[in-house]
Amino acid sequence: MSSSELVFPGQSVPAKHVNLKLGPGLQQQASYSDPSESTVVATKAGLLQHSANRSKWWVDSNSRRYVPAPQESVVGAVTQRQGEGYRVDIGGAHQASLDALAFEGATKRNKPNLKVGSLVYARVSLAHKDMEPELECFDAQTRKSEGYGELKGGFIIRCSLKMCRNLLDPKHFLLPLLGSKFPLESAIGMNGRVWISAKEPRQIIAIARCIEATDPDGGGMDAEGVKALLDTLEV
Amino acid sequence: MRPPSPSIPEKEFLNTALKQQLRIDGRSPLEMRTPKLVFGPELGWVDCSMGKTRVIAYVEGKMVKPTPERPYEGVITINSELSPMASSEYEPGRPSEEEVTITRMLDKVIKRSDAVDKESLCILAGQRVWHIRLTLHFLADAGNMLDCACLAGIVALRHFRRPEVEVIGDDEVIHSPLERAPMPLAIHHSPFCFTFAFFADPETPPILDPSQLEQRLSAGTMSIALNAQKEICVLQKLGGVPQDTEEILRLVKVAVTQAKGLSIFVDAQLMADWSTRKVEVR
Repeated sequence: MSSSELVFPGQSVPAKHVNLKLGPGLQQQASYSDPSESTVVATKAGLLQHSANRSKWWVDSNSRRYVPAPQESVVGAVTQRQGEGYRVDIGGAHQASLDALAFEGATKRNKPNLKVGSLVYARVSLAHKDMEPELECFDAQTRKSEGYGELKGGFIIRCSLKMCRNLLDPKHFLLPLLGSKFPLESAIGMNGRVWISAKEPRQIIAIARCIEATDPDGGGMDAEGVKALLDTLEV
Repeated sequence: MRPPSPSIPEKEFLNTALKQQLRIDGRSPLEMRTPKLVFGPELGWVDCSMGKTRVIAYVEGKMVKPTPERPYEGVITINSELSPMASSEYEPGRPSEEEVTITRMLDKVIKRSDAVDKESLCILAGQRVWHIRLTLHFLADAGNMLDCACLAGIVALRHFRRPEVEVIGDDEVIHSPLERAPMPLAIHHSPFCFTFAFFADPETPPILDPSQLEQRLSAGTMSIALNAQKEICVLQKLGGVPQDTEEILRLVKVAVTQAKGLSIFVDAQLMADWSTRKVEVR
């Protein structure tokens, strides 16, 4: 699934497919000489990746600043109540808006009551460079919550965006390793925020320290190192 | 943009954990992050980091005419400006509350405590003195930038060497570093700053070297600046959390032991750096 070719912004990418889908870091550009022809260029530096059938292409890199993209799950904090909805800080350049009716089972009469400072796990439903991002806490088709909604208790950890994607990867070692030691709940946002909950504060601190140690932006520790670290934490 | 205050779960978790004497980064309440000092190729350039908090200090010297009120004294100025580089909560232009606190405290710790002998900066009375400028760049804020900035500033001043100047008649001759070894500044003592954070809940113990989250959720802080000789230069308490005399004295004792340790650490780091700068004399 991966080629590991390094691309830089402005570099053209040999992406060609009848049903081509471009992911983050790639842009289609009409060529100057012939407007009917187009090329694909990279807009950020990173490793060029593509799916097995070469239809989906994207650039993989690490960063700390989140840029909202549709259909991504994020963890945000409510900063303000505004009429029929909330303003949510998701770590991007702009605050996102979350409609009070965008929850499972919400009606005009029966709306969830979120306080300023509450945490929500939501999906980005609209992200456009000229508009404020919008969030929703349910699936618009099924109107079910699908795990989204308010996050009660627990703690929030900030990490690099690459670390978030690693945590979402089922093949990554960290969460199974932690899960084998004690039960835990997690909600991983693609915006560099991970919400975790466990029974004991000591365990939450252990998770926080392990995530920080494994973060490729910080410690970059491997499975062996984290095992050794966990043994010193007495959990 | 004003930063959103920490979310409710963060606040609640921090308070429950601190009541059990647990801190998020695994430190004990009165444990400091180990500072890391990196010296640059130039003398007087130091990069000081405590955890993810990072400050660069840079010292330069210039010859100026002294003020008429103090013809025998050199001038020391400190430039410390918080830019949005440290954290997105600082705006360019308007100084934030944090910036004012840091600037005033740096002034007290480094200038008013007479750490640097100003009279030794005089070259020719009333005509020429050294103007020492200390510039601090705040690169990342992960809490307690004050202690980090004080440490960076004092280490940079001790690392700095000024060129030797000779006065012949009414002329002064500046010797380049290749001719004569540059001189260190005359430093009387090295004050270090330690910040404690207090919480509104009386059951929560005071903590040393607060992280960004701890600092934001604290109800008040106390900064003690002192040197390894147990001389307190500044004691500043912000926020209204009443404390017993005994408690304050206990924290001062903690700061004394920390200052001794930090002083040995800084001496060792400066020595190690100096040994790499051996100059061959012909």
